[in-house]
Amino acid sequence: MGAEFVALSLPPILIGICVAVACALPGNFLVLRGQALIGDAISHVVLPGIVVAFLVTGVVAAGPMLAGAAIAAIVAVVAIEAIRRLGQIEAGAAMGVVFTAMFAGGVLLLEQSDTSSVHLDVEHALFGNLESLIWLDATGWASLFDVQALATLPVELPRMALALIVVAAFVWIFWRPLTLASFDEGFAQGVGLPTGAIGLGLVIVSAIAAVAAFDAVGSIIVIAMFICPPAAARMMTNRLTHQVAWSAGFATLAAVIGYVLAGYGPLWIGASASVSAAGMIATVSGLILAAAALCGPHRARNG
Amino acid sequence: MSLTLVSAKSVEDDRKARFESPLSVRGLTVSYGESPAIFSVDVTVRAGAMTAIVGPNGAGKSTLLKAALDVVKPLAGSVQIYGQPLAQMRDRIAYVPQRASVDWDFPTRVIDVVLMGMYRQLGLLGRVRARHRTLALDCLDRVGMRDFETRQIGQLSGGQQQRVFLARALAQQADIYVLDEPFAGVDAATEKAIIAVLQELRDAGRTVLAVHHDLTTVPDYFDDVILLNTQIVAAGPVADVFTEDNLQAAYGGRLATARVDPESVAG
Repeated sequence: MGAEFVALSLPPILIGICVAVACALPGNFLVLRGQALIGDAISHVVLPGIVVAFLVTGVVAAGPMLAGAAIAAIVAVVAIEAIRRLGQIEAGAAMGVVFTAMFAGGVLLLEQSDTSSVHLDVEHALFGNLESLIWLDATGWASLFDVQALATLPVELPRMALALIVVAAFVWIFWRPLTLASFDEGFAQGVGLPTGAIGLGLVIVSAIAAVAAFDAVGSIIVIAMFICPPAAARMMTNRLTHQVAWSAGFATLAAVIGYVLAGYGPLWIGASASVSAAGMIATVSGLILAAAALCGPHRARNG
Repeated sequence: MSLTLVSAKSVEDDRKARFESPLSVRGLTVSYGESPAIFSVDVTVRAGAMTAIVGPNGAGKSTLLKAALDVVKPLAGSVQIYGQPLAQMRDRIAYVPQRASVDWDFPTRVIDVVLMGMYRQLGLLGRVRARHRTLALDCLDRVGMRDFETRQIGQLSGGQQQRVFLARALAQQADIYVLDEPFAGVDAATEKAIIAVLQELRDAGRTVLAVHHDLTTVPDYFDDVILLNTQIVAAGPVADVFTEDNLQAAYGGRLATARVDPESVAG
């Protein structure tokens, strides 16, 4: 655990933890509100927006990507509403059609455009490139206190850390309105809370987490992290504060174990190559959910 | 041919009535689709009384409450609380929504639900202090649920859940208590406990307005009654308004299935 670990493994693990926790925090409320698939939807819909933003600006930067993702989200909402009204199709089916069609459109757009100069391709969109986010200038743990070396950290790390701070601050500040509006919307409106704006804020914050995470780790892990850690945490406790803490713990656990398993697991069983870290992190989070579903102390529901 | 003019006096009387009424609505109309759920409803709730809203299924009883509290947006009409706009008077109203409208698997305990009633005091980040906790426990005591303080709400019976909802409303420390079907699906002991708490509130000068579905208990429980079937059929003291004719007008042919006991119907 020396220089090599700090340079090759520490940045991806930290980025993985930031991604996992930033998605899991709003995921708690999405799952409780029965909107868990919004995380899924966001990560699908934003792909064409991100690709178009890249084609227009020629760079992979947070600002244009967020703008592109936001525009894509608006297009998706309008398209869903149009299909629902004009086609007389129920909302769930309209959403399913729009999300998958937009994702497929994004994939086609990616394949047709020249993105070889940057990390933007179909595989990247699904699995990200967590393993390649290494810190070349690191020479050991001391580099963490070396300003010059810190400046060469993969840009994804500060970007994702910032996203985590924004998400965590939102959840902390709006904890009471979020809880009240999620548990009892009618009562929340009765005390004068703008429940529509609260729901929209939750979706926007989820989108920020998803878009920021997308570049580093792809969409698979984002979908898994919105749902698996909160759903597993729900089975560990009957208190929301404890559930959110459990979900952050599970998300961190999945990120660390998933990364280590992806890098070293295949070697342990005699295989030669490592596997996708993002895929393994998502798999581990699913296994945690399975374990919680089988052994968690609060699995019983009352209907 | 006669033309009725609104006299200056009647306008003044209405203004005065609304100023004194804890809750008055004028011309309230709500529509969820093509046809209105409630149409041009005028209600002036009497202060310090217990008022029941009664009517057949789909008459718009819950809608009237929700529109009065701005939980659903009306197409037209105005709501005043002691003559003031609702937005300035939220602290004076406590609301108990239908029990079935909530996900009882939500990870929260009885005490946490009651503390939700103090949201307007606590604000976004205000700390829950000993006095808030004491008030919450006191409210649970009044509905006989103090021993269940740390229970997860999903582990309660329907009646116990309804009592916790009432305790949350008590924690709002309001002047007007608006309840949507408080006796739906609760046991007899809970019904007695709830009505006792509501009568205590009334005797302390508070105003109670509840959607009620059991016609037989209206004269026992309530002072005033509003008969609603999309529009107001009749409204006023139970003794004057809760008559066979008015009920027939509100329920139409459905009165036979509404479990009305002729003994309990006034007039």
